[in-house]
Amino acid sequence: MSTETLTKSTLLELSGIPAGSPVAAAIDGRSNIIALSQTTEDAVLKPLETGAWSHDIRAALAARIAALNGETALADRYCALIEDASVADLADPLRSGKAQGLETICDFMDKVAVQTRDIDAPDIKSLQEAGVSDADIVRLCEINAFMAYQVRVLAGIRLMKEARP
Amino acid sequence: MSDVIRKFTRNVPDWRPRVEPIKLEDATPEQLEALQVTPSNTKISAYVLTLAHDVETLKVRSPLFNGIMYDKGGLSREERELGALAASMVNHCIYCAAVHASRHAQIAKDTSVTDELFAKGTRADLSPRNRAIFDFAHALSQTPSEASPEQMSALRAAGLEDAEILDLILSAALFGWANRLMHVLGDPVRKGGA
Repeated sequence: MSTETLTKSTLLELSGIPAGSPVAAAIDGRSNIIALSQTTEDAVLKPLETGAWSHDIRAALAARIAALNGETALADRYCALIEDASVADLADPLRSGKAQGLETICDFMDKVAVQTRDIDAPDIKSLQEAGVSDADIVRLCEINAFMAYQVRVLAGIRLMKEARP
Repeated sequence: MSDVIRKFTRNVPDWRPRVEPIKLEDATPEQLEALQVTPSNTKISAYVLTLAHDVETLKVRSPLFNGIMYDKGGLSREERELGALAASMVNHCIYCAAVHASRHAQIAKDTSVTDELFAKGTRADLSPRNRAIFDFAHALSQTPSEASPEQMSALRAAGLEDAEILDLILSAALFGWANRLMHVLGDPVRKGGA
């Protein structure tokens, strides 16, 4: 993982809100939430205790989920954090993860991101049967869950900015 | 698995994890701190004990959650619950939908909105303001988001200020997160079951 730190706020940087606009004022009113969102990004993407998922794998999976959500700029941002070339193509939703032995993980992450409602007990069982520990399953879910939040906040703020009356 | 609840309800079910939660007696000092275990608070839910596997995220997630749902100003509590409910309905998270439908009914002192939503889904008969809120949050919860400029305009036409719209985005997005934990890591089961 690059030593370059994420800038202070991914949400602010990528949403490009003009200073002094009504949207900027609304965001100022929730500056605590924006700051906590960044703290959470750091905890999910760059934890001290990584379990089975290195910072590089996390960045690649985050980029993959951003891409599945059509958030190209966000996907690029996470891709730029990947230093380990051997996991870089996990960021591409068209790649299966087979080359890295992470096919089951990629299938699971894609389904949780896109077909959340269809997830059922066998999806967790298949991870357990593939030898993924329960703690690492929780870690995967947190990465996926955080990304679901971040992509929607970005999409929503962009609409606020673009769809002015 | 006959005790798993598959239909939306306001009766909050139990939650049964699909993975093994941490055991309190094995918890690290960092986990105990994140769980806020004190001599007077030793009853921790299976859900939180499950999330304690990823303690760094658990620690920072609770203040974010509370800020988005309860901070003063902006969108009313009731309408934040509606945003949370719309997301939970899209993701079919029975547990989250039950908790937030029941909170909505409590705060609104009215069950008609959530009755209508559970009976008719997106075809529910809602007030214009609730309609705009629900439709926007429902669309934002799709993958990728299907929220449109027209829906944004409908929010403004229904009288929502920018601060309120931002709170709606945050509450719906937050449940995109919560649903992917609750609905993925466990099953909603009949209360008091095995």
